[in-house]
Amino acid sequence: MSFFARFAQNRGALVGLVILFAIILMAILAPFLYPDSPWRMVQRPFLSPMEVDGFWLGTDTMGRDVAAGLMHGAWVSLLIGLVSTMVALLIGVPLGAIAGYYGGLIDDALMRFTEFFQTIPNFALAIVLVAIMQPSVVSIVLAIAIVSWPPVARLVRAEFMSLRHREYVEAARLVGQTNRTIILRQILPNTLSPIIVLASLMVATAILLESALSFLGLGDPNVMSWGYMIGAARTVIRQAWWLSFFPGLAILLTVLALNLVGEGLDDALNPKLARERS
Amino acid sequence: MNDNTPVLSIRGLTLALPKGADREFAVEDVSYDVAAGEIMCVVGESGSGKSMAANAVMGLLPKGVRPTAGEVIFDGQDLLSLSEKQHRKLRGLRIGMIFQEPMTALNPLMRVGAQIAEVFEAHGKFNGRERQEKALALLEEVGIPEPDKAIRAYPFQLSGGQRQRVMIAMALALEPELLIADEPTTALDVTTQAQILELIRDLQKRRGMAVMFITHDFGVVAEVATRVCVMRYGQVVELGSADEVLHDPQHEYTRALLEAIPSNVIPESRGAERPAPLLEVRNLHKVFRSRGGLFKPAREVRALDDVSFTLAPGETVGIVGESGSGKSTLGRCVVRLERPDSGTLTLAGTDFSELKGDALRRERHRVQMIFQDPYASLNPRHRVGYAIAQGPMANGVPRKKAMQQAEELLEMVGLGAVAVDRYPHEFSGGQRQRIGIARALALNPELIVADEAVSALDVSIQAQVLELLEELKQKLSLSLLFITHDLRVAAQISDSIIVMQNGRIVEQGTAQEVFLKPREAYTRQLLDAIPGREHEAAMA
Repeated sequence: MSFFARFAQNRGALVGLVILFAIILMAILAPFLYPDSPWRMVQRPFLSPMEVDGFWLGTDTMGRDVAAGLMHGAWVSLLIGLVSTMVALLIGVPLGAIAGYYGGLIDDALMRFTEFFQTIPNFALAIVLVAIMQPSVVSIVLAIAIVSWPPVARLVRAEFMSLRHREYVEAARLVGQTNRTIILRQILPNTLSPIIVLASLMVATAILLESALSFLGLGDPNVMSWGYMIGAARTVIRQAWWLSFFPGLAILLTVLALNLVGEGLDDALNPKLARERS
Repeated sequence: MNDNTPVLSIRGLTLALPKGADREFAVEDVSYDVAAGEIMCVVGESGSGKSMAANAVMGLLPKGVRPTAGEVIFDGQDLLSLSEKQHRKLRGLRIGMIFQEPMTALNPLMRVGAQIAEVFEAHGKFNGRERQEKALALLEEVGIPEPDKAIRAYPFQLSGGQRQRVMIAMALALEPELLIADEPTTALDVTTQAQILELIRDLQKRRGMAVMFITHDFGVVAEVATRVCVMRYGQVVELGSADEVLHDPQHEYTRALLEAIPSNVIPESRGAERPAPLLEVRNLHKVFRSRGGLFKPAREVRALDDVSFTLAPGETVGIVGESGSGKSTLGRCVVRLERPDSGTLTLAGTDFSELKGDALRRERHRVQMIFQDPYASLNPRHRVGYAIAQGPMANGVPRKKAMQQAEELLEMVGLGAVAVDRYPHEFSGGQRQRIGIARALALNPELIVADEAVSALDVSIQAQVLELLEELKQKLSLSLLFITHDLRVAAQISDSIIVMQNGRIVEQGTAQEVFLKPREAYTRQLLDAIPGREHEAAMA
């Protein structure tokens, strides 16, 4: 069975994929549908959805278009989610690979270093990092990456530890391949499935983290994000529900979609599991 | 022949496999009887469906496999029509079963006595005290040393053979009329295997049970069987008394299987002259230490204890021993996957034991290894050609030339150059082992270490791979260090033999000397334990 056929067997994963595409489409179309800055005040404040033509999600406390904010926010959320996950993988995968492959003292040292990050609550560390570095897209991405790499390192380490004693790895050592070649060519490709699955879930977590940071006012002041929208609307939640409802729904759908896709990938990349289901 | 009425009678049993399997039926139109007081051996290679009928008897068919025709009659009722609940009543009480791997069949967290008592409990027999007494009596009967201590032991504290004895005690607890033994000795060493076979034969005689014994090993068949049923591709190929089938096989498949058994006939050793050794191993030591914890002391295992031997160019040295004898550690030290603690390994003048890091990496091509598990020794994500070409490429051969070499090598091991672009999972176990051999040859090594290279294969495939090795040995004048637990295999391929026990060399000499005139008691014990020896002797 082809990879996609296995993936498609999981209905939820297909639904997730469709939602995800819709959100990506929103992000791409944002500059064309709403060429103006989402920060521009365009109408009376507190217009409820559908009240005035052309503002079908209403306006916020300052008269900015909620729909425009949502579209532009999609781009920011996805960007931060993806880039921070990439950075986290770039830190976590090599660390885990080296710790798992070499073992011994190197492993001990790297794992103690990892634990150092794991002992501090994620969100608290992220807040401190953003506060120190000044809120900006770059600092937010870095902060999220720094708090989310330890699980990657642990996963990759565990995979490497179980794979490094496989006979094909020993065979590769015997023919005189260098450690670097063995790590990159022999072991890493065999650890990709769990990494991909974990990464898809990490994107979801990163989007939530960014929203939470923005909610607290630690977002990049120059970009409109879903978290910022909810944060700014929290004081008027009883007068204008739509200001926090729509961005909240967007976050919910995005995270849900990513989780569904992650689960589908897990099924598709894990043929043993797929066979048991059929 | 036996004129008893059969205890179990299988009539025209057909079991359908789920769609998409490699054949339509797991077993097709299979009929045989098992009578009281006889041991019925069901023999076949892997995938022959030999275990499936037994599973049907126990009501333990895997998901997706369902009976479509035939009946399994036990005590006048068709077992196939029973409900799960009725089946459960029969299991244990009237039909006992022993499995291949005693460690996974026992609950690791329960004392042995409690596990046996549980069998009585499941069928609501006796009270707590009586159950313990019965358990003790059973352990005594199956010949566990110090049964009063063993009854309080956990499974991990027992050896493999003792665990299998516990399994047998559990299976016998309720005095079943039928005992099904599914490869009960496959996971055991030869000497232990001989003891367990003896025990099964003995118990069967004493209790007059019917035994259905499933195995892939014709040696074991010769040892225990009263009657034999040979299976292939889900069909019965031959059925008859042990004497008939073993001495006068009618079907060519049976004949082929019997011929494929490595024989005890030892080839004449070639060339008595001893040129300068290629490999010289001197006083090799290796100790494995487990890191001690806060409450447990560190453990030491002497895997190699003062091992010395030499290997001449073009010679094949067989290293034989049971599990834990250190034979694999020796092989791994020779290829330098392990570093010996002390002692020297000299390969044609180079001290191989002292090399480290890059220097070692550059010399690695001189000694190569053929691995045991054909499924684990090839990277599932690499095409076969690339897997073979990796070695030369790591040693500086350009990719194109290396791939071309790979094609030639695949041709040489009998797979054909088309195999280059395929992935390992497209090949069978025997074919994968050929790929492994091609990979080992790719670097033109001076010495090849084969660690249990044919142990995971069916007999007929095993014979083919051994033949290939023999042929390559002649053609390329290979030097081979052949590690195996199977004395018959060692006898076939080796010029000289080293017998190891507990990390020490017990005996070494030419194959002829060791097999025909063993000096040490341990060697004799090993030789006596080979199943089917008397049969071979009778044939010779």
